[in-house]
Amino acid sequence: MIRLEPRGVPSRGLALAVPVAAALAALALAAVPLLLAGAPLGRAYAAMAEGALGSRFALTEVLTRATPLILTGLAAAVAFRARLYNIGAEGQLYVGALAAVAVGAGTLDWPTPLLVPAVLGAGALAGAAMMVGPALARVTLGADEVVTTLLLNFVVLLLVQMMIEGPMKDPMSMGWPQSEPLIDAATLPRLVEKTRLHAGLLVALAAAGLLHGLMARTVAGFAIRAVGEAPAAARFAGLPVGGTLVAVGALSGALAGLAGAGEVAGVKGFLAADLSPGYGYAGIVVAMLAGLSPLGTVAAALFVAAVFVGADSMSRVVNVSSYIANLIVALSLIAVLVAGVLTRYRLRYARRPAAGA
Amino acid sequence: MRRPAAPDDAVAEVPHAIALELRGITKRFGPLLANDGIDLTLHRGEILAMLGENGAGKTTLMNILFGHYTADAGTVRVADAAGRLVPLPPGRPRAALAAGIGMVHQHFTLAEALSGLDNITLGTEPLWRLRRRTDEARDRLERLMTRAGLAVDLDVPVGSLTVGERQRVEILKALYRDARVLILDEPTAVLTPAESDGLFAVLRALAAQGLAIAFISHKLGEVVAGSDRVAVLRAGRKVAERATAGADRADLAALMVGRAVAPVRRAARAPGPEVLALEGVSVTGPDLRSRLDRADLVVRAGEIVGVAGVAGNGQAALARLLFGLARPAAGTVRLQGRTVNRFDPRDVVRAGIGRIPEDRHHEGAVGAMSVAENVAIEGIRGPFQRFGCLRRRRMAARALDAIEAYGIRCPGPDAPIRLLSGGNMQKVIIARALDGDPALIVAAQPTRGLDVGAVAEIHRRLLDASGRGAGIVLISEDLDEVFALSDRIAVMARARLSAALPADTLDRTRLGLMMAGQAAELGPTPVRERRPA
Repeated sequence: MIRLEPRGVPSRGLALAVPVAAALAALALAAVPLLLAGAPLGRAYAAMAEGALGSRFALTEVLTRATPLILTGLAAAVAFRARLYNIGAEGQLYVGALAAVAVGAGTLDWPTPLLVPAVLGAGALAGAAMMVGPALARVTLGADEVVTTLLLNFVVLLLVQMMIEGPMKDPMSMGWPQSEPLIDAATLPRLVEKTRLHAGLLVALAAAGLLHGLMARTVAGFAIRAVGEAPAAARFAGLPVGGTLVAVGALSGALAGLAGAGEVAGVKGFLAADLSPGYGYAGIVVAMLAGLSPLGTVAAALFVAAVFVGADSMSRVVNVSSYIANLIVALSLIAVLVAGVLTRYRLRYARRPAAGA
Repeated sequence: MRRPAAPDDAVAEVPHAIALELRGITKRFGPLLANDGIDLTLHRGEILAMLGENGAGKTTLMNILFGHYTADAGTVRVADAAGRLVPLPPGRPRAALAAGIGMVHQHFTLAEALSGLDNITLGTEPLWRLRRRTDEARDRLERLMTRAGLAVDLDVPVGSLTVGERQRVEILKALYRDARVLILDEPTAVLTPAESDGLFAVLRALAAQGLAIAFISHKLGEVVAGSDRVAVLRAGRKVAERATAGADRADLAALMVGRAVAPVRRAARAPGPEVLALEGVSVTGPDLRSRLDRADLVVRAGEIVGVAGVAGNGQAALARLLFGLARPAAGTVRLQGRTVNRFDPRDVVRAGIGRIPEDRHHEGAVGAMSVAENVAIEGIRGPFQRFGCLRRRRMAARALDAIEAYGIRCPGPDAPIRLLSGGNMQKVIIARALDGDPALIVAAQPTRGLDVGAVAEIHRRLLDASGRGAGIVLISEDLDEVFALSDRIAVMARARLSAALPADTLDRTRLGLMMAGQAAELGPTPVRERRPA
């Protein structure tokens, strides 16, 4: 019989080693579906590594993909820390993108140093506004934010489709449902010439650093942790539980909205309904992989982005479906959850005591 | 002191027969040895008391017996209907039920919306039968009730019964399933003294009919009054077993805690100026527990006012009001002469109330946060921050002070507080509550579930604080504690707070009557009046 016995505090080394081991385990486990698909394992993994890390272009592509994932990962991490289950990052990302277009597609004729912050700020504000509603409903009415935020995603997607088919449609798009492009002054500068890598990465990294500082060093972070861990105790101690949850909702929504604005201003240049291949949902996975740690979120986002980029080129080389990337990411999440149990408990193999006399 | 079995019983030919036998029961939870080689024999027709402090292993032992836990070592044997001892398969509640073991848990396992009859027959009838044979069941239960002197209305929803009546339903449930061994876990914890007396009369009658009964308790009085034999458990081991007749209370107390216990008793002192005054304060709530009805109370500096009462009579409402978690619907609250208008935890702390909550795990501490963070949490927006940033060093220094001053055993100020034992966690909470010498201390069940050493330490801290001039409201269900610490004692019954009378003019009987709501000032209300559903 196997029993689980609680451990004391997991050591720092263990806490770092576990997600890495889980990621490697997930990559190894991906061999099973690859074999089932009849792919040569060696070539498949080589193609994946090559595609993700093998060239300057590959690396910049991974970083480009990681940029929105860092932001949506942070959005999930900060909200989940307060036990505010924001599943609506995808919708918040899209309203952020919508706001970015509204500000940046010629409405304001400001120089770049003013216009880019305005575009990003508009995206963040829109995302925050999008999440304040569900947070308020949770605090005042007890409405389950998982349901409200999840359903709002579909509302937002329909809104976006309405806008890009109607009022915001680009007259020059030859009928494609997409918005007018941002003016040049509103786009994020490229970090590396002739690649898609843009300054949004710096914004995402700064956000991760700031959030780390907030959680570890400020009274606000203290309140977020206390409200998440033990709301009754937080309330007893005089911390503003409802206010903290609403503020966390706004922060989480702002981060997701920033991701959307960054995609528009950094990568696409306009808004279309295929702006995000599920970055909002993937952010939840990223945050869970990172154990809700802001700095860990950066690492987890890089891993997930590398898997997606690598799997793309693997699928081209050995001719398997690129959905293998989703499979690997899902496996790594499962591996991390299992590993999380193992960091908190140790396995004991014990013989069942003989029954009766 | 064993009684012969009643003659009409099925196995009356073996009086004094062994009904239950435990041999070498050992159970470990991680590093904790909850039961260590316990041997115990229970005979038909006797009442065995299992005496021990919280954490002595009583409940673990009962849970092993009933199959909720599996023992690491040892055997349980139960007499079958013919009186032969058969081993009980471990870890299977169903097997324990089939072997005739009935258990009445401390927290009842009744469906509140169903009637007593439905609760009792639940699970005893085959699911495929289309019609229920309630008449048969009712006849049997009527007979059982007459035989045991257990009267309870079986047709109203259990939710509308008093706690004492619900306990009777639980006992009937066990008897209906042909229990030959009845085990009760802390049966008097929720009863008034009068209801407890009634319970023990019922148990006596049942034992006289040949039932083997064991009850768990840490209250010496009822053990001496209600049992034939007493087994004392301490730190997982059975340290003594003796006939109750002739057993000395002080002796049993010393056995239970492992050393002679010097009772704390506070010295009389002249009370100072008024610290807290409640005038006609009401708190509204959905149930009795969370309601307070026109309470008047004055607490003076240097005075401890005990608030006794049966659990769930509105003490929680009084505590929540003074904690700043509930606001009064009527009446005025004055703190040091100033009327309190803002009822918010932060405001009452700043106004000078030190608070010890009833539920230390749920309200008193954030388990995942460190000792230092828990010490600082009430002042986190005050002295422990600068421009919104935490002053980690100041927090650690404060925690180290508390650890030293209160003898808190923990790995260090950065250890998560959930790793601490209940007593040490409570010391952290008390260190926090007493920080800054509050004028008023509100302590709700401050020693519940703690071992004797921690209890003594916490009592000493409260007495010290009152010696320094703090007024203390001590809300407790433990009458010994209330008597030991209080200058004056008030009683809560059905959301009403009685006048606080000097402790030395009161005795347990008087207090018991007041707890049942029968004291003169509360009017002559019947003890077993139905609670509103």
